[in-house]
Amino acid sequence: MMMSAQFAETPLVIQAAEVWKSYERGAIAVLNGIYLEARKGEAIALCGPSGCGKSTLLHLIGGLDQPTKGTVTVNGKALGRSRDMVHFMRHEIGFVFQLHNLIPDLTMEENCLLPAVAAGRGRNEAMNRLQDLAERTGLTNRLKHRIQKLSGGERQRTAICRALMNRPGILLADEPTGSLDEKTSAAVFKLLLDLAHTEGVTLLMATHDRSLAAACDRVLEMHDGRIRTDS
Amino acid sequence: MIFLRLILVNLLRHKIRTFISIAGIAFSVAAMLTVVTVLQGAVGMFSSILSSGAELIVFERNVSDLFFSDVPTTAKNDIAGWPMVSHADAVLFGVVSSADHPIITCFGVTVGDARIRNATWLSGSAADFDKSRNPVVLGERAADFLGASSGKDVPIGHGMFHVIGVIRTRNGFEDGGVFMPLETAQRFFHKEGSSVITIKLRNKEDSAAFKAQIHRQYPNLIALEDAEFSRSYSQFKILKATAWAVGGCGLALGGLGVANTMIMSVFTRIREIAILRVNGFANGQIAGIVFGESAVVALAGAIGGIALGAIALYALKEVPALHGYVDVSIHPLLMFIVVVLALLTGIAGALYPAAYAMRIKPVEALRFE
Repeated sequence: MMMSAQFAETPLVIQAAEVWKSYERGAIAVLNGIYLEARKGEAIALCGPSGCGKSTLLHLIGGLDQPTKGTVTVNGKALGRSRDMVHFMRHEIGFVFQLHNLIPDLTMEENCLLPAVAAGRGRNEAMNRLQDLAERTGLTNRLKHRIQKLSGGERQRTAICRALMNRPGILLADEPTGSLDEKTSAAVFKLLLDLAHTEGVTLLMATHDRSLAAACDRVLEMHDGRIRTDS
Repeated sequence: MIFLRLILVNLLRHKIRTFISIAGIAFSVAAMLTVVTVLQGAVGMFSSILSSGAELIVFERNVSDLFFSDVPTTAKNDIAGWPMVSHADAVLFGVVSSADHPIITCFGVTVGDARIRNATWLSGSAADFDKSRNPVVLGERAADFLGASSGKDVPIGHGMFHVIGVIRTRNGFEDGGVFMPLETAQRFFHKEGSSVITIKLRNKEDSAAFKAQIHRQYPNLIALEDAEFSRSYSQFKILKATAWAVGGCGLALGGLGVANTMIMSVFTRIREIAILRVNGFANGQIAGIVFGESAVVALAGAIGGIALGAIALYALKEVPALHGYVDVSIHPLLMFIVVVLALLTGIAGALYPAAYAMRIKPVEALRFE
């Protein structure tokens, strides 16, 4: 297991130990004994062909699914029934998907405020945070716009704002630039990395784009449900 | 605010579906309100016929209908002489039919009866009430549908009667009825006594003593206060139960409409619900959105239903045949009950959709949709 020297002393925030995931009572094996560690502030790219298990691994780390075998530990506590998963989703994890997964009838502002509403944050505090994120993502003038009026890049930047709204320690991004053109893709990726860095967030990103992945602190190559190389 | 937006956004997204659902509840509420109000009005009117100027009603115990009650004249004369009694008026109810009217209510009363005294005489005079052979006084609406007026003879049932006056009362039943002297009515309906005796006491507080004395001296009779009578009279109970049953069925249908709308609402936005879950919405918050939607539909339906019901009652009031029968004033308690029932219906309709929404697994919804 490799790790960049600059993060050697930072706390371990994600640990996947011997994680297996299969469907149809084992007929479809997706993850086959994954071992993964991520430290605070690290940006890690998960690369590999379609169907190699990148998204499934992100879902397990994000608490959206449970492993068939093995344990996923986040911030020192194992995910599972014994953990308050609602609190986990609200405060510890942020998700960015390939399809932005925004609610089309709401404005950009309303979409971004959803995590704050779920967590019961005060309006002023939430609005201050949103203003800050909107400035940093260049969306200040789009706050009152409906999602249909935004471009693909703006929608993905909105999704990033939403994911960071409650200041999670971990950001999971599943092909965040997969539906964008090359130029927009590079801009969104750079923004994602910058934000993760300045917020001190651990970024775990699944991507097909090796040139973007190369900009991360570590690149994990996945194949057939296993991590083949860690560089 | 955003929580409310999440509720409204989906309702506004499918305006026609939402409107149909609201209309379903509105029609149910209007039906319940109209039926219950009309029947309560009818019951109230019937009660007021019995209690006109009196506090207690004496009639035969255990009769299924007052038309079958027979209170002997000797009992009436005796009761009228009791020291605690101010007035005791015998009233005989009868039903006959004429060529075009299957039901005409006849009231056999004495000249001193409050109905005759307090009515507005459109023609004729109370002084002539028992001065001719087979005299009748017609309620205004009865005169209209019988095509009769003062001085003319009119066929009622198998007899021919002389109209000595036309009166207007505030009561729909009375306005559609025929009044005749008690003796004439007894002869006509082959009855020696009367249907009821209406009692006015010298002191209202003697009510319990009066009832006890009736029970002692006339065990086959019963004395009830107006309110007691309205509550206990089996015909009223049946009418009220029917009204609530009809209204309840209407609301149940409305509830099914809401359930259908909410199921469709949840099914068509599984992905959105999954997004909310990923963003930290708890089960209770997801259910709150679904219940909130159904509550908005139910509340809008209830408000629309009250408006529709009021319009329907005013329209019914204007129907000549129903003149005086319909009381358009909707009791605030009834309005409150109807709104609460509509809300409960909405909530019941949202139970399954909310449970379904809470079971949505984000990972499946986001992966496959």
